[in-house]
Amino acid sequence: MSEATEKPRMPIECGVPDPMPLMHPLMRENYGKWSWHDRPRPGVLHHVAKSGDAIWTIKAGTQRQMDLSTIRNLCDIADEMADGHVRFTARSNVEFMVSDETRVDALIEKLESDGYPVGGTGNSISMISHTQGWLHCDIPGTDASGVVKSLMDEIYHDFKHEEMPNRVKITTSCCQINCGGQGDIAINIQHTKPPVINHDLVSNVCERPAVVARCPVAAIRPALVNGKPSLEVDEKKCICCGACYPPCPPMQINDPENSVLAIWVGGKHSSTRTKPTFHKLVISGLPNNAPRWPEVAEVVQKILKAYKDDGRPWERMSEWIDRIGWPRFFELTSLPFTKHHIEDWRGGRNALNQSSHVHF
Amino acid sequence: MATKTPATPLLDQLEDGPWPSFVTGLKRLANDESKQYAPMMKSLLGQLEHSYDTRKGYWKGGTVGVRGYGGGIIPRFSEVAGAYPESSEFHTMRVMPPAGMHYDTKTLRKLCDIWEKYGSGLIAFHGQSGDIMFQGISTDNIQPCFDELNDFGFDLGGAGAAIRTSMSCVGAARCEQSNYDEARALRTVINNLLDDMHRPSLPYKMKFKFSGCANDCVNASHRSDVAFIGTWRDDIKVDQEKVKEFVGENGRKMVNDQVINMCPTRALSLNDDDTLDIDNRSCVRCMHCINVMTKALSPGDDKGVSILVGGKRTLKIGDLMGSMVVPFMKLESDEDFEKLTELTEEMVEFFAENALEHERTGEMIDRIGLINYLEALGLEVDPNMVAHPRTSSYVRMDDWDEQADKWNQRKSGSVAAE
Repeated sequence: MSEATEKPRMPIECGVPDPMPLMHPLMRENYGKWSWHDRPRPGVLHHVAKSGDAIWTIKAGTQRQMDLSTIRNLCDIADEMADGHVRFTARSNVEFMVSDETRVDALIEKLESDGYPVGGTGNSISMISHTQGWLHCDIPGTDASGVVKSLMDEIYHDFKHEEMPNRVKITTSCCQINCGGQGDIAINIQHTKPPVINHDLVSNVCERPAVVARCPVAAIRPALVNGKPSLEVDEKKCICCGACYPPCPPMQINDPENSVLAIWVGGKHSSTRTKPTFHKLVISGLPNNAPRWPEVAEVVQKILKAYKDDGRPWERMSEWIDRIGWPRFFELTSLPFTKHHIEDWRGGRNALNQSSHVHF
Repeated sequence: MATKTPATPLLDQLEDGPWPSFVTGLKRLANDESKQYAPMMKSLLGQLEHSYDTRKGYWKGGTVGVRGYGGGIIPRFSEVAGAYPESSEFHTMRVMPPAGMHYDTKTLRKLCDIWEKYGSGLIAFHGQSGDIMFQGISTDNIQPCFDELNDFGFDLGGAGAAIRTSMSCVGAARCEQSNYDEARALRTVINNLLDDMHRPSLPYKMKFKFSGCANDCVNASHRSDVAFIGTWRDDIKVDQEKVKEFVGENGRKMVNDQVINMCPTRALSLNDDDTLDIDNRSCVRCMHCINVMTKALSPGDDKGVSILVGGKRTLKIGDLMGSMVVPFMKLESDEDFEKLTELTEEMVEFFAENALEHERTGEMIDRIGLINYLEALGLEVDPNMVAHPRTSSYVRMDDWDEQADKWNQRKSGSVAAE
């Protein structure tokens, strides 16, 4: 053995791979030189380059958490019917590109028959942004993949059709950190009880000053419990956010009964028309009812129906509500308005109606 | 030993319905008896069913990594390994995808082959930060698996208090609304910051995201500490003949309702001859009219980026949107990209030196004030940075004349330059 081979291999710090050799050749050739696009049908985009070249993109839904045979199946389809290239979107849809319109229908048929719904374009409901949940997260209050699967089954029709006023982005999050992010509709865990503390473990597992610092409302303080250094929570101050749990797992926040689901609406990332907006609470207290969360699905459908019926073309959820007002939103969705809807966090006054404008 | 696939009555219910089922995929892996991952995936199915039954998660973190790096692996050890021993270690490898998430099948198949040898057979395309998530690998297999992925040209992404994996929209590769080379910008910024990605030593995470226009398809404004949004300085390009065609096909009411009246700054008006009148000085490059009339309208020629800083989610002070710190920056020449490198390096450096532990850029700015941030980075104040000027008089302004002079000098300087 030479010395060179005994040396441990060190990483090649190569960073983000260059996409140019990997993308569809038509996209590479027309990079930065596209002219216009349209959508011939839901699930299909048609882009035309300044050169006159055209490319059709067929977008299909996936389960995101894919097993090898699913990925290889997508590769087989791409090799056979789409020049051997695919692209994934930010919402885990897969895109196949073809240079010839006559190949579109067969590709759609193949994808559908293999179980991948074609859609997710324009004013449809695209794939729900997906977190980790019970499958892999260390702090989840609920699952992610299962919630997404259940809801996508519910809104399957609206993934495949463009019938909403504008695009609808739905997100789910398994804790209040909200990895799923802002959404037209966001379905997030909401804890309702303070953490249950295992005092025997705190001093060994947790860096106590860091945990104290993490609390948004300064409800945690160091304490001696049964002669051991630990932490205690002022339960009157505690907002049950769970921020202490990741740095200190003995402060268990997840509660099968009392960790519930809340639904928020009107989040929007884009600066299109209106400035970006945060989602707002509309309902909490929905049970964390695995494996299919029917109570959540029912409310989501109610909100979607009201928006679909009443929204005007191009209005995102937030813009629709901005037009009709919150009283009408609660009326159309028949959801209760409570004291918990009134913001009391920092800057909360900005969420109050500081005018004489009233909807009747 | 989990030699049998466990009974999963709850998970089984997630195989019903038309949407592709991850449970069916998990079972395929668990039943792929000839493969090394079958026992691990049987065990994993058992633990997941247990989570569904008890409505609790059973993973804890730890410390696992590859030689030479301090991050990029998400360690997962089971808290119920006694009952589900084969998946007692089920770590995730975060791997950075090609910018724009383009793949050829040769590459995807090779990634599958490597994962088949070492991992669980489960891959997520992609995680919320944009990583390829290779989910489920034992501690012992991480190094050889990484070595093969790395030799194939892939590198680990970010985790912990580090620069995180980035995302860019499809952009210039397929979209006429792209205003800069998003993939080049992403690779320029991120590949220059790999040390701070792979060896976590920042106060907390730091994310960069790249969208080609205000439609912001990768959600940069809110989901990154530093958001690059494509824009342009000159006029919207109009093909008036195509406008007339559009009005002819869709009618004036539709054009008024869905284009003219939805302009956020009332910059549009339909002329009597069905052409479009655009007040370009009032336009804020929001993309709406261009989205509706894709053939008639397009972004101008003098393109570049706006940079927004400070977006993040709830923890700890509440949600923050990114706010404007660079209203316009060209991103075309090599020199422009060098400036981008310098600016982003300074942003990371300032964050590293000034943020408190577990504080994001937006929270740091909230604490120290935007002015301190701008001055540290040498960015000139600009009215595009505010929704409106201050409303509170509680501020000390005894250097007013000096500040006004600065503005006046800049203004006369920029006039002279033109």
